Amino acid sequence: MINVLFFAQLRERLGCEKLLIDNFSGNTAEHLLQFIKLQNPQWDSIISENKILVAVNNSMAKFSTELNDGDVVAFFPPVTGG
Amino acid sequence: MNAIVRVQREDFDLNQEYQLLKAVNGQCGAVVIFSGLVRDLLPPQQLLDLTLERYPSMTEKSLNALVVQAHERWELLQITIVHRVGKLLPSEQIVLVGVSSAHRTNAFEAAQFLMDQLKTRAPFWKKESLRLAPQQPVYSQWVAAKDSDEQLAQRW
Repeated sequence: MINVLFFAQLRERLGCEKLLIDNFSGNTAEHLLQFIKLQNPQWDSIISENKILVAVNNSMAKFSTELNDGDVVAFFPPVTGG
Repeated sequence: MNAIVRVQREDFDLNQEYQLLKAVNGQCGAVVIFSGLVRDLLPPQQLLDLTLERYPSMTEKSLNALVVQAHERWELLQITIVHRVGKLLPSEQIVLVGVSSAHRTNAFEAAQFLMDQLKTRAPFWKKESLRLAPQQPVYSQWVAAKDSDEQLAQRW
């Protein structure tokens, strides 16, 4: 099971704050995002057209980061704090 | 390693933070404090307010990671990072980064490093509520990340 979170304008545009994925068989964060797009084709253009960052278990990660069962994976736009 | 990291809705008091930064011990010879404010838009546009969203469980962790990096890189006495969330009005304080050290160069460099990294690595997002002109309707938009901020972060 993987917990997926969305933040800021990505959350607003998808209309989704969190997802529970329990049938994911890929390896990386990139695979997970592709899997989410396949399961939610209406999100394809939103995910494909916007720059997205990824964090795994509360740390910034890469799309090549390998995932494990129980991970919390967050997708969000480039940050604008400060 | 001395550090204060806080994410809060309430405003902060510069003098109070300054007193904490310089009170570390008798070795303190320099305190650098940066304070970031909500900037209004250029007329005729008008900013009504700014809302800061964050990723709660990751925010403090990412700020603490920056504190560790700064302490590894420079000889510092104390670091303070305070970042506000929620709704803020023009001219309100958003963020404070304070660094104390024996010598000013370390404090200046570390403060700049921390701000550059915070702006591109810490999970905060700004949404602004604005008018294009005084009589125009109010609308909201997310603030876009700037390439120049990413370039500043990469110089370190």
